[in-house]
Parts: sequence; structure tokens; C-alpha cells
Amino acid sequence: MMISFILNGQEVASAAKANERLLDILRTEFTRTGVKCGCKEGECGACSVILDGKLVNSCMVAMGYVEGSTVMTIEGYRETERFAALDRAYASVSAVQCGFCIPGMILASECILAKNPKPTEAEIRAGISGNLCRCTGYNAIVKAIGLAAKEGEGLW
Amino acid sequence: MERISKSIKKKDHESKINGSALYVDDHFIDGLLCGKILHSAKAKARIAKIILPELPDGYLVVDKNDVTGINRVAIIVHDTPVYAEDTVEYVGEPILMVVGPKDTEVEKIINKIVVVYEEQIPVLDVRKSDTAFFHYNYAKGDMDKALAEADHILIETFQTGYQEQAYLETQGLIAYPQDGRMTVRGSMQCPYYVHSAVAKAIGCDGKDVQIIQDVTGGGFGGKEAFPSILACQVAVAAKKANKPVKVIFDRREDMEFTSKRHPSVSTYKVAIKNGEITGMDIDVLFNSGAYTTLSAVVLQRGLICANGVYRIENLRVAGRAVKTNTVPCGAYRGFGAPQTFFAVEIMMDHIAKEMGIDSLELKERYMVKQGDATSTSGSYHFHVPLPEMIQRIDELTDYRAKRKLYKNQIGRYRKGIGLSMFFHGCGFTGSGERDIIKAVVKIRKNADNTVEILASNADIGQGLKTTFCKIVADTLGISYGQVYIHNPDTDRVPDSGPTVASRSLMTVGGLLQRAAEKLKKEWQDGEEQVVEEHFVEPDFVIPFSLTDFSGDAYPTYSWSVNAIEVEVDTLTATTKILGAWGIFDVGVPIDMNIIVGQMEGGFLQGIGYASMEQMDYNDKGMIRNNSFSDYIIPTAVDVPNLVTEIMNNPYTHGPYGAKGAGELPLVGAAPAYVEAMENALDANLYKVPFTPEDAMEILQEVNK
Repeated sequence: MMISFILNGQEVASAAKANERLLDILRTEFTRTGVKCGCKEGECGACSVILDGKLVNSCMVAMGYVEGSTVMTIEGYRETERFAALDRAYASVSAVQCGFCIPGMILASECILAKNPKPTEAEIRAGISGNLCRCTGYNAIVKAIGLAAKEGEGLW
Repeated sequence: MERISKSIKKKDHESKINGSALYVDDHFIDGLLCGKILHSAKAKARIAKIILPELPDGYLVVDKNDVTGINRVAIIVHDTPVYAEDTVEYVGEPILMVVGPKDTEVEKIINKIVVVYEEQIPVLDVRKSDTAFFHYNYAKGDMDKALAEADHILIETFQTGYQEQAYLETQGLIAYPQDGRMTVRGSMQCPYYVHSAVAKAIGCDGKDVQIIQDVTGGGFGGKEAFPSILACQVAVAAKKANKPVKVIFDRREDMEFTSKRHPSVSTYKVAIKNGEITGMDIDVLFNSGAYTTLSAVVLQRGLICANGVYRIENLRVAGRAVKTNTVPCGAYRGFGAPQTFFAVEIMMDHIAKEMGIDSLELKERYMVKQGDATSTSGSYHFHVPLPEMIQRIDELTDYRAKRKLYKNQIGRYRKGIGLSMFFHGCGFTGSGERDIIKAVVKIRKNADNTVEILASNADIGQGLKTTFCKIVADTLGISYGQVYIHNPDTDRVPDSGPTVASRSLMTVGGLLQRAAEKLKKEWQDGEEQVVEEHFVEPDFVIPFSLTDFSGDAYPTYSWSVNAIEVEVDTLTATTKILGAWGIFDVGVPIDMNIIVGQMEGGFLQGIGYASMEQMDYNDKGMIRNNSFSDYIIPTAVDVPNLVTEIMNNPYTHGPYGAKGAGELPLVGAAPAYVEAMENALDANLYKVPFTPEDAMEILQEVNK
């Protein structure tokens, strides 16, 4: 039986088994390689995607669960105006270093702002606390999300 | 702020933020096979027999017998086998690789292989090892006399633990044979290191090997030497299979079996006479693990830093990097310096307590200044900005007042503040740059007046593509957009040396500046032109001799003062970091955002090292902390108040005044944190990481 879901706005179907990881299927079957694999244990957040409006670690999601749901990866999100605002903000403070955490971090940023368009610094920090970054020390990322909230007012 | 420091959009920003950047695991090549390593399960054993299951079609096993060149990895000393021979020396040593089309099937085969070991007794305790891979010593003044005449001698021992680089992208490489040549591509810092290693292992001429760095998800030293080992294994497999082979480590494999920071034990014997420090007799022990990898040079740097930033008249330093049957340690940001800077800074704190004065007052009495001799009788040729850094830290934190305020606290919550002062020697230790690396860069001007930089240094997140392009564009007086640099490919770029030792920007960036100056003079619109530059040692340097351990170990130093303030909950023994402040002098920043990002990221890694990153092995020699659940690294909520400031102290011999930056911010966090904990707990402490469990032990002692 095929598993049907909406991936980045398009209806797709996968022949994956119900117990396969969403992460692996997104990367191999759908070549959405913007979804990164950092640990496969739900600890690092590099494989974050937005599933039915919620940030999840796609390594912790079984394909069986995905049937009928909506999945957004960086490949879909990058087409949005909200992404453009985050992109500008991250660039202006050079918040991207090695980049491996960044697709997940951007989707985490979206989920923070979607819930709360004017987050405090503490709320931003809590919102990305499931996404590990080893390069930046987080300050630049926190600053970028705050900037995007300000500059992109009305988008969220 | 200097004009060049004004930040610009990073060259690699776009592709990384929109997810289109291709890291090694993002490449799908036709006929690509997946490889997985079978690691030793024993710390020391003879391999009696390996029983293989029947292999399905298309699957093969690769081991020592398939190494067509020499079964050793070319690092500094060639002792690491590509694949294990008759014995294994640590848990994790690669025995063989299973290769085939499906990763799940490869995994199944690995699980069915039976290795019959004849176990031997491993050496796991670093203090009980009688194999010193490397030992060095140096001295100045008369240490014996200082000890004999001392009216007080303090002897203390300090320990530091492993630190795992924990780059977000694990180790991974792809190898593919093509037209009689072998190409290896993937995550790495040093393409030419990998190049030499692969040529030796498969037994071919260097011209038949091509190494390409893919977008790399962090390195921090962990991708300095380790990719050379993995590349040999993957290349041997690809050669046997005659197909492309990809190996991507899973996180547990990466944490357990790849190189990390050397654990250390340092003993300081300090001679004190009439309230003055008259000598330090220092013994340093690094746990090298089972093979040598980079231990020689890590130990050298550690020893050079053993007396910290202090003028000590009589000094004797001896150090050993010893073999144990544990995972080989290697490079990690700081490279031996965090271990000894931790020891000497805490030693100074304890000496001050003995003398009844505050540690900062003692440190200020002994700290070096321009013109003073270094530990190895070289010279601090340039301005040492420690006094103004201390003043700035005091303005930011009210340090001196808080040190007094936090004495003799009672109650559940107790605060503490601590300070460290330190340097990082910029570039390779000793004469390596001049005698071994001999860096070469090229820049090529195309007919359309765009300019390409050709260098072997890898952008691993530290912003090298951006800063290199800024230097060349500014020197040529052309736009930033006109200059570009691709990821290094050894078929196209000269060997400008490895991406290590805080050298890339200062040394290679300096060569690029000179190359650009040359090109500017010769510039002809619409013509193709290539210019080349070679490393020349600055003429002020006092040549370093490794046999005497004397001379300028580094041409110059980056400087820093850190302060960290904590609050300990004495009921739960948990600690909140109230603030972490760092003032950094890395010369002129070539890009302010990039430098601030380096300082913040490095500082937080240092705080992790100090406070939470605990890794150890059990009595069988197996690493226990092999996942992000067991090895905790800082998240965005752990140190919300992390403040860095850049002090502009131009280095006359660096490009635009820049010097080494990448490693500095990690070096001093541990002593600042532990001194803060001492202040809060009113106890002397001797180790990092200093975890809540350690705090609990201290609190229980006090309550007895």
C-alpha cells in the first residue's frame, strides 16, 4: 500500500514501509537533501521538518504516521516570502557557518514566529533549543530570528 | 573599525541557507556502493579468526589483504594501519569493510561476521602506560636551585577529559576509480594530507590521486587527520570493487571511534620564596590512545603554554604523550593548549589563595609584556594587550568587586566569578610552516576580469571563502563579486597547506594579499593571467629548534581575557551561568561578523568543555558517552548571556593586520569557569569537565 502525503505543497505517494524513517525517505526517494541527518536519535534537530504545522525531527517519524499529513522541508519553505525575510536576517549577521544545522534551524525559526510573531529573546532561545549548532554559539542565530521578526513584520 | 572589517554577505550563505549546498552524503552517483566498517570490539587482542557469512552477489569484504600500497596511513609517524593486521589495539579499530549496493544488507552482513579474538590485557590507565610515543623537555634558569631555596613548595595535579568535536556532519567520504586514477571526495579540512595518504595506501603516484573537499559540516580539528585514515579505507574498497564507494559514519560510530581532544594529567611543583613565585617544575601527560596520529605536535603546543602568560624565572617543563589501548586522540581547536592553560591558570588561583591575595592581583604581577621572553626563550615581539583587556572585563562585569562580594556566602544559591588570561600562538608550532608545509597559492585572472583564488584551504564554516575573497578583491581594488573560490580540488589547486592551527587566514591570506599585489601591478584588461606566491618566514622570527625546544614557537600571538559568573544551587548542585565575557585580540578582523561568530562559537565550545562535556571509557576500554543523549553539548538556552568584544591590535605581518583567530576563544573558558565554581563553592578544584556530579561531591564533603 502506498503512503500518500503532501510534500512541499504537492501530493506524493511513497512505497516505503510503514516503519521506515521519514528522514530516509525524504532524502533518498524524494532527494530532499536539504533535510540533514545528524544523529538519527532525535537529539540534534538537523533533520527538522514541519509536519502538519509542527516542528518535528524527521528521524523520529515513522512513514506510517505520515499518511495524509502535510510535510514541509527547506526545499518547499525556501519559496516563501517568510523564508526571504529569514534569509536576509541570517545573512546580515552572518549566522550561517558550516550550514549543516541551518535548514533545520530555519524551519525552527518559522515555527517560533508562526506561533509568536514578536518573541522575546528567551522565547527564541527556547524555540531553537532542540536544534544543536556547534559553530555559532547561537547568538547570531538568535539575533537573526529577532531581526526577521522585526523586519518581516506582518509576514507572520 | 577598519574598512576591511565591515561585514559582507558570506560567499557560502545562499546555498547553505536554502538547503542546496551538497555535503558528501548528498551526492548520488550511479552504481554507488555503500561501505560499513567492522570495528574491533576488544581493546587489545590478537585476531585468531574471522568467520564470514556467505556473501550475496555484489557484496564484498575489504581488509588488509586488499591494500595494494602500504598498509599504513601517512600522518606524521606512519603507524596507523589502514586495516588491522594480526592485532587490534583499541575498541573501534577498523578490521574490515563490507561493501555493497544496499546499506541495510551491508549492515546485516556486518552483524553476521564473527571475529574470534584472543584477548590480551589492555593498558587503559594513562598513568600506567610505559610506552611514551613522544617526550620533550625544556628548561630555563635553575629549577633545582629554586626548589632548594624555596620557603614553600606547592605541588598540585590537574586533570582534563576528552572533548568530542561534535561537528554536526559526521565523517564521510566517497571514493571512485576513474581512468586509472582514484578520486576521493568529502568532508575534510586538509585535502593534501588526504592526497599523500591515499597515494601511499593504494600504492600509486601522487598524480593518479585526486582529492576534492565537499561542503563540510564543521571540523574543529576532527577533520584534520581522521579523513586521511578513512580515505585510505574507502579508496582501497573502491579500488577492489572498481566502483564508487561511500562511507558515512553514524553518530555513535563517529563519537566512539574518531579522534578527540587528548585527556591530560599535569603536575605542577611551584617554588615560592618571600612571597614570590621563583619557579615552576611542570610535568604533563597526554593520553595519546593507541596510535600516534597528531600527538607529537599537540604535546608540543601544550608544553609551550605550560607556564601560561606568566614570567617565571626558573622553569622546567617535561611532557609525554603515552600509548593506551583507547581511541587515538588528535586535533581539536586549541590543540594541547586548553589542557595546560587550564592547569596553569588554576595553579595561579591556588598560589594566590596560599598567599592570601586575589588571583587577579597575582596574575597581574607576573603577566608578560612586549619584549619579554617566551617560555622557549623566543620573544613576544608585539604589544601584549592584557592590561587593557583586564580593565575592560572589570568595566563589563565589576569583576574585582564581585570577587570580594562572593566570599563566605551562605544560603542555598551561591554565586562565583572567575577569570582567565591566555594566548594562542598563531600558526604552526616551530618551523613547520617554513620546513614542511612551504605553502603555495595562485590567483588566476580570467579574460572577463573575474579572479579565481586557487588554494587548498577548506571553508568548513569559518568563513574562509569570504575572507579570502575580501582580501583579494580589496587588494586588487575590484568588487567582491568579481572574486571567487571553489572548494579545493587537488587537480586544480596548489598545496597551500592544511586548514589548521589558526593559520589559514594569517598565513595563506597573507600570501593571497601578496599575490594580489603582484597581479595588480601586472593587470591587463581582458587577458588571462596567473600569479603564484610562496611562503617566506618573516625576518624577525628567532628560528625555533625542536631539539633544544627553543626560539620563537610562533611569530605572534592572539590574546584574550575571559570572565565567567555562575550561580550554584547547593541543594541540587546544578549551576546556572549568569554571564560569560570574552575580550579577544585577533589582530584586525577581516570580517567583523565572521570574527564575532568564531569567538562566540569557540567560547561556547570551551564552556561545554568546562562544564558538561563528559566522555570516558569503561573498564573494557569502550567509550560510554557515544551519543548526544550521553554526551551533552551546549544548546541555545545554556549560556544566554555570552558577550564578546574585539580589541583591535593590528599585526604588522598579517594581511590587513590580521592574525590567528579560530582556536583562541576555546582556550580560556575552562579555567574561568572552574575559578568561578571555586569562588561559589569555596573549595579548590582540579579538573574539567566540572559537572553537577562533581559539584555534588564537593558539597557533600563540605556538609560532612
